[in-house]
Amino acid sequence: MFKRIAHTAGLAGLLAAILLTVLQLLWVTPLILEAETYENSEPAAVHEHGDGAAAHVHEEDAEAWSPEDGWQRTLSTSGSNLVVAVGFALMLAGLYSLKAPLRVREGLAWGAAGFVTFNLAPAAGLPPELPGTAAADLLLRQYWWVGTATATAVGLALLVFARHWALRIGALLLIAVPHLIGAPQPEMHESLAPEHLERQFVFASLTTNALFWLALGAASAWLFSRPAHGAR
Amino acid sequence: MPRSALASSSLAAHSLSQRLPLAIGSCLLGALLVYFAGFSHIDAVHNATHDTRHSTAFPCH
Repeated sequence: MFKRIAHTAGLAGLLAAILLTVLQLLWVTPLILEAETYENSEPAAVHEHGDGAAAHVHEEDAEAWSPEDGWQRTLSTSGSNLVVAVGFALMLAGLYSLKAPLRVREGLAWGAAGFVTFNLAPAAGLPPELPGTAAADLLLRQYWWVGTATATAVGLALLVFARHWALRIGALLLIAVPHLIGAPQPEMHESLAPEHLERQFVFASLTTNALFWLALGAASAWLFSRPAHGAR
Repeated sequence: MPRSALASSSLAAHSLSQRLPLAIGSCLLGALLVYFAGFSHIDAVHNATHDTRHSTAFPCH
């Protein structure tokens, strides 16, 4: 069984990561690079906000290794896409060992749930941001992100699998709570990139991630239920 | 035998107490990978994963 999970996660993660990398290269990364031109042309003083509203501060990690623009940056991004994709695929394959998808269509549903959990619900409070956008404290946003994803995952699981109506109402509440609390916001919303670029980026990011999750769900369900694994 | 039946019969061969630790372990290991690439505060890791973090809308800066 472990072999089956590892095999599913490795291959599905690889396939979905390739799709993600191609979509990023063609669509998302050019928007990030364009935003960075606004950021780099801005005088350094603009970067010095208070702790609560720090913008994109490159200065502070000036000493840390950073990939050079070009093949190094592309390779780093591809590598991190692979790590993230295999991580998400491991979660899916682990859950499949409790409730195996019977068809690829069910894999698509798992993928859609992953997209809602890890992209759509967090993006409702913390939309995808271009470099150079003011934001609240990083750690607070990370806590809110993890809390929202966890609440959404548990909520969706209860909505789909629980039989009792009270549990389903509880599930809806659980999904709503992070949004009622609200995501940490900066004292003042400001962005170096123009608004149309921001809008394009939000659309590109969400679409890319939706396609990534559907591919991950379908590929993992297909690999997990392959007859070759029947005896294991 | 249809593949769906194969998938479920193979699952049934393992008891829930066998499958549950495996499912939890896989989820934790997966979360660890996502944490490392998407949430780590180590500067070099942040720089290497920068575009992935922005693209997947993980909180980045």
